[in-house]
Amino acid sequence: MTFTLNEEQRLLKDAARDFCSEQTPVSRLRKERDAKKNGRDPELWREMAQMGWAGIIVPEEYGGAGLGYVGLGAVLEETGRTLAPSPLLSTAMIGASALILGGGDAQKAQWLPKIASGEAIVAFAVDDGAHHAPGRSALKVGGGKISGEKKYVADGHIAEVFIVSGADGLYLVKADAAGVSRRELFTVDSRGAADVTFKDAPTEALSGGAATRDAVLDRARIGLAAEMLGQAQAAFEMTSEYLKTRKQFGQVIGGFQALQHRAAKMFTELELTRSCVYAALDALDRNAENVAEYASLAKARAGDTVHLVSNECVQMHGGIGMTDEHDAGLFLKRARVAEALFGGATFHRDRYASLLGF
Amino acid sequence: MADIESFREETRAWLETNCPPSMRTPMAGEDDAVWGGRNYQFKNPEAKLWLERMGAKGWTAPMWPKDYGGGGLNNDENRVLQSEMRRIQARPPLFSFGIWMLGPVLLEYANEEQKKEYLPKIVRGEIRWCQGYSEPGAGSDLAGLQTKCEDKGDHWLINGQKVWTSYANYADWCFCLVRTDTSVKHEGISFVLIDMTTPGVETRPIKLISGSSPFCETFFTDVKISKGNMVGRLNGGWEIAKRLLMYERTNISGFGSNTRVDVIDLARDHVGLEGGKLVDADLRARISAHKMAERAYALTTARAQEEAKAGANVSHMASMFKVAGATLNQERCELMVEAAGNRGLGWSGEGFAPEELAVTRSWLRSKGNSIEGGTTEVNLNVVAKRVLGLRDTQ
Ligand SMILES: Cc1cc2nc3c(=O)[nH]c(=O)nc-3n(C[C@H](O)[C@H](O)[C@H](O)COP(=O)(O)OP(=O)(O)OC[C@H]3O[C@@H](n4cnc5c(N)ncnc54)[C@H](O)[C@@H]3O)c2cc1C
Repeated sequence: MTFTLNEEQRLLKDAARDFCSEQTPVSRLRKERDAKKNGRDPELWREMAQMGWAGIIVPEEYGGAGLGYVGLGAVLEETGRTLAPSPLLSTAMIGASALILGGGDAQKAQWLPKIASGEAIVAFAVDDGAHHAPGRSALKVGGGKISGEKKYVADGHIAEVFIVSGADGLYLVKADAAGVSRRELFTVDSRGAADVTFKDAPTEALSGGAATRDAVLDRARIGLAAEMLGQAQAAFEMTSEYLKTRKQFGQVIGGFQALQHRAAKMFTELELTRSCVYAALDALDRNAENVAEYASLAKARAGDTVHLVSNECVQMHGGIGMTDEHDAGLFLKRARVAEALFGGATFHRDRYASLLGF
Repeated sequence: MADIESFREETRAWLETNCPPSMRTPMAGEDDAVWGGRNYQFKNPEAKLWLERMGAKGWTAPMWPKDYGGGGLNNDENRVLQSEMRRIQARPPLFSFGIWMLGPVLLEYANEEQKKEYLPKIVRGEIRWCQGYSEPGAGSDLAGLQTKCEDKGDHWLINGQKVWTSYANYADWCFCLVRTDTSVKHEGISFVLIDMTTPGVETRPIKLISGSSPFCETFFTDVKISKGNMVGRLNGGWEIAKRLLMYERTNISGFGSNTRVDVIDLARDHVGLEGGKLVDADLRARISAHKMAERAYALTTARAQEEAKAGANVSHMASMFKVAGATLNQERCELMVEAAGNRGLGWSGEGFAPEELAVTRSWLRSKGNSIEGGTTEVNLNVVAKRVLGLRDTQ
């Protein structure tokens, strides 16, 4: 196991840091939100694809870079720092993983090059209801047709193809196929999503059944945890910067011990979470046996950490933190969405317990 | 005892006749709150009628003296009135900073002329007030305020800026803290009343993270006010300011008490039950802990009321209640969002039910509870210093 990036990964991360701070600072999300784009930014996605991000984990024979999850995680972390609105997670992490792990040769040949080039946006349709429960799906599949309902599909409103999760495995459905209808959701994080209904829509199964589904879900969780780590880190930095500059009672507020200890506590939580996220990404690249454990560990901890930091970010900014004009609220809003997606901390604590055998 | 029972009967009968039917239904949202004031547009004529009737009886401020338009009720009578109103689910006829914050300090500090002028109008909801305390450089350190008030012989001249002034754009008047002496800190502050239509007063709404714009920046440029608009003595405003904060804190500590959707129902609907238990054991335990905290809070409020009645001085508890109340409401809102799952993560549009959107928006708004009326940190400092007597070494 290693926590250290190799040369290639480091370059990727540095480039991502530069790109995000220059091309997609938080103000980009804000502008799009104000223009009611609801997460539609094809130009940004094109630029990200040109950077090679859409195909980071896609094998070279399919037009990708053939790099590992650690590299993709590093990029996701950077996009989290600036709340960059893109389908990177759903396409480059989830879509690519699903096809790599469960796709047949023809499916891979059809989709992976399009994913790697950024041409096809993928969305992962997981939950039938309001809460994450991948094992309890009422999805019906038979004779090449799929029927069922999926709620709050992230990037579902802009996707060209769905990876649909059923109780027994994963299915591929084209968004423009007959029998697919979606209702666009205007979400609190301004990223958008869709409720999707399948009515005898044509589908192809991916191989590997529930095992593939869980493996893909774990990649989704780990990738999202990396993004959340970036969000939490950025919200923390914004807060500690404010503690050093805002003055009340003739001194900087960071001089008050009541705030100092909480800042130190946040720092501690971030460090602990960072280790979990990096270890989980590394576990994917090592093909470790206990990826599931790492995934739940990373997602639960990232959830708790971003929850804490996003709340403290508003609180320690006082009145200004409550204003729409300030970025604190944008981090808070994205935090709760990310916390809930692919299972909240509660879900993952429960799963972790099961994995540990109690 | 016989007296109080006959008071109950009279009250019940009066409410029965005078509370219009639509005022006996739960409020659908913040929009149903009646704030009154010169320019207030009533959405519902029955709300207007209800305010007029309650105002005429003084029951918008039941315990204020009758001389100033109040209801003149004692503690026991007031409790009867509140319980009778609850019995028929009567809506509060008026939401008012005048009643919650300003009135009580006017009763204590204002001169006779000021009381006669302002209190009856507050009771009847004729003038709406805003609170001009915070400034860009003076939030937690409120006494650092800089808005200047100069003695110009026959009037005061005010220049400066306030911020986070809730509803300043709707308010008719502002109770405002100003600096009348720059050589000292707390002892150089005065408490004045400013008509918001005075030339030189400007407001600019600020949008909150929840999407609404309940507060403003307020600018005073060469604003002239009459000498009679100062409450209390020159440079004696800090004491009044603090007393008012105490009323404010006691008041906003009760944030979440009038909510419509209960977190338990929300969890039942969205998470589901198995064998009568919420399927998510972890969430179940946390909601249960929250319900206990809520109960503990309600019991403590009841105990404090009883002790106050017996003559104990419980005023120093305002800060404790403020912190506990804010924490409770924020916790409740977080649990609501969590229980609603992805249905609690909407912003707008038809993909979410109005009640679901309300869960999200209320959650965002609740983040201000631990900031408005003095932050949680500042109130905990008050408890530590004034209640516990812990020394301040910072
Ligand atoms: C929804 C809302 C409505 C409001 N309505 C009004 C209104 O109508 N009228 C009005 O005048 N004001 C109003 N306010 C303003 C409110 O009173 C101030 O925001 C509050 O007092 C904090 O001041 P600040 O925003 O300047 O934050 P700051 O004082 O800058 O505080 C920043 C952070 O530092 C912390 N801090 C500061 N000092 C200390 C200390 N000594 N020890 C530990 N921590 C400390 C604070 O707790 C906070 O977390 C409103 C605020 C909100 C959010």
